[in-house]
Amino acid sequence: MDFRLTDDQRALRSGVRRLLTRRFGREALRAAVDREGRLDRDLWRELGRAGLFALRLPESDGGAGLGLPEAALVFEEAGRALLPGPLVATQLAAGSVPGAADGTAVVTCAGQLSSLVAHLVDADVLVTIGAGAPHVVAAGEAAAVRSLDPLTPLHRLPHPPPAASGPLLGAAVLLTAAEQLGSAARSTEDAVRHAGDRVQFGQPVGGFQAVKHLCAEMLVRTEVARAAVRAAAVTGDLTEIAGAKLLADDAAVRGARDCLQVFGGMGFTWEADVHLHLKRSLLRAQMWLTTVQAEEIQAQALASAL
Amino acid sequence: MDLAYTDAEEEYRSRLRDWLAVAVPELPPRPPPDDWPARRAYDTAWQRALYDAGYGEVHWDASPTLRLIFLEETERAGAPYVGANFVGLLHAGPTIAAEGTPQQRERWLGPVLRGDEIWCQGFSEPDAGSDLASLRTKAVRDGDAYVVTGSKIWTSHAEVADWCELLVRTDPAAPRHRGITWLAMPMDAPGITVRPLRTLAGSAEFAEMFLDEVRVPVACRVGEENDGWRVTMVTLSFERGTAFAGEVVACRRTLAEVAAEARANGSWDDPAVRRRLGRLYAEFAALWRLIQWNVSAAASNGSLPGTGGSVFKLRYSHARQELYDAAAEVLGPDALDLSRPWTLERLSSLSYTIAAGTSQIQRNIVAERILGLPKGR
Repeated sequence: MDFRLTDDQRALRSGVRRLLTRRFGREALRAAVDREGRLDRDLWRELGRAGLFALRLPESDGGAGLGLPEAALVFEEAGRALLPGPLVATQLAAGSVPGAADGTAVVTCAGQLSSLVAHLVDADVLVTIGAGAPHVVAAGEAAAVRSLDPLTPLHRLPHPPPAASGPLLGAAVLLTAAEQLGSAARSTEDAVRHAGDRVQFGQPVGGFQAVKHLCAEMLVRTEVARAAVRAAAVTGDLTEIAGAKLLADDAAVRGARDCLQVFGGMGFTWEADVHLHLKRSLLRAQMWLTTVQAEEIQAQALASAL
Repeated sequence: MDLAYTDAEEEYRSRLRDWLAVAVPELPPRPPPDDWPARRAYDTAWQRALYDAGYGEVHWDASPTLRLIFLEETERAGAPYVGANFVGLLHAGPTIAAEGTPQQRERWLGPVLRGDEIWCQGFSEPDAGSDLASLRTKAVRDGDAYVVTGSKIWTSHAEVADWCELLVRTDPAAPRHRGITWLAMPMDAPGITVRPLRTLAGSAEFAEMFLDEVRVPVACRVGEENDGWRVTMVTLSFERGTAFAGEVVACRRTLAEVAAEARANGSWDDPAVRRRLGRLYAEFAALWRLIQWNVSAAASNGSLPGTGGSVFKLRYSHARQELYDAAAEVLGPDALDLSRPWTLERLSSLSYTIAAGTSQIQRNIVAERILGLPKGR
């Protein structure tokens, strides 16, 4: 047993972080907010060329032949950077929907968020996830919804689609949990940096225990979620994946809330990025598997363990 | 990221399992909690059995991964944990192994491993808890002995211990971390009075210890005079590693038992109860993975588990209290009946966020040493 990242996994993670820092830094993030979440198709294609969507396809199909653990590391970085777009749906569609793997197509999924669909406005293809490969469906007369998250345009479908299910659902839940984990880690870092910089009463506010303890609890939630997400990526066990989502949702949402609290009044402004992490994590918490569903899955596992 | 155990690790597990399958059923009944001599005899006999089977040194010389397997399997088999051997195996022993002279290691380590001698810990004082470095029990050099006067508290197993790992102040004028010395005090020395301390759970798990001019030979000093704080830190970081691995296994079993009770008494039909237990299932699964994470990190850098243990302890101590609170919800009014399962454990678990560094101190450690926030109050 050696739970640590391999050298290749570390290299993959830092490669993705470099790419996202270069191509989706703070300016690009705020530009995306100003575009109300409309996608930058050049960036999408670049993500495709970098292998973000084809990561898990066999090398014979133009993929990198990597597994869920590596994909989870990549999506952790995407979550850190608040990278917008139907990243998970497009990765699930790579290999079956033309253009998904190389980033020439944007694929979104119905049934991951009840009757709401994310990024329909930019999507070339709408799919549902059930038995077998993603199934292409028509959107019909979808109505735009005023989205809580400025980086995720939402539409409401006229007829509620079937809820996502089947063999691809585990990966969808896990990769979303990985994004939550990345967001939680980022909120922790941002809160710690702010607490070290911001001076009140003649000292950095991070010197006060009340603030310090908020930050410590953020780290604890993040590290527990990290162990859960990474282990679930390795085992692929559906119960463990659901548990990881539960803990990662918590780490991301509560982390963003606590980060906002540490930022004080500045955290309440549009200008600070804190609310972007909060809103995105609230959205992801509803995606693919809700808290209630995840807890019920845990309860079932517990009941069958008797 | 590899969670599979190697062939050698699996072989170790399987041999241990075979041995436990024979050894555990042969154990005598557990002694009553208030009978300290019987508890000592029971715990030391188990340590002797481990020693004879080649597992006596598992806490010291096994790789962190083998130690984890050992803790997992012994807990699964229902075998006792270290019990009265706790301080000897997990505090004083490792300290002497790291900081003692060859003669000291020769004198003390063997008896601990064989279950011949047990140790207690004299660190905390009535006025020195979280702020351990403010301890005031003083030791004055007199020829070849230190003369020790003061009082200690939270001393488990003091009634039946052979030795006490004792922190004393040898230089009251020095900065507080620099005037402390680590001594091994023989518990049969004149001048030691032990008084049991009854906890809110009603049992006497701890004791107070009053020291009145107790003579401790200078040869019993481990490390240099006034260097005891550094010597002690070796011990404290040891405690926060795999120490709770067996307990996480036990918590997962308890949770399954609580769920069985919930199904039997109908409270499982309440989604709030079911979801609360479900969440705990995810919690303890994740805590086990976090132990594996910490163990892998410790195995790689060859050092003792450090601050990662604080992250673990913060979450674990809270989760364990939550486990017994959830059990109480399942039991309803029966949670007021101390003869029902989990009711006493619920009371005992209140110490987990206090002992071995309160949650507040742990958060300071996490914030200052891991996150790098400024020291301050």
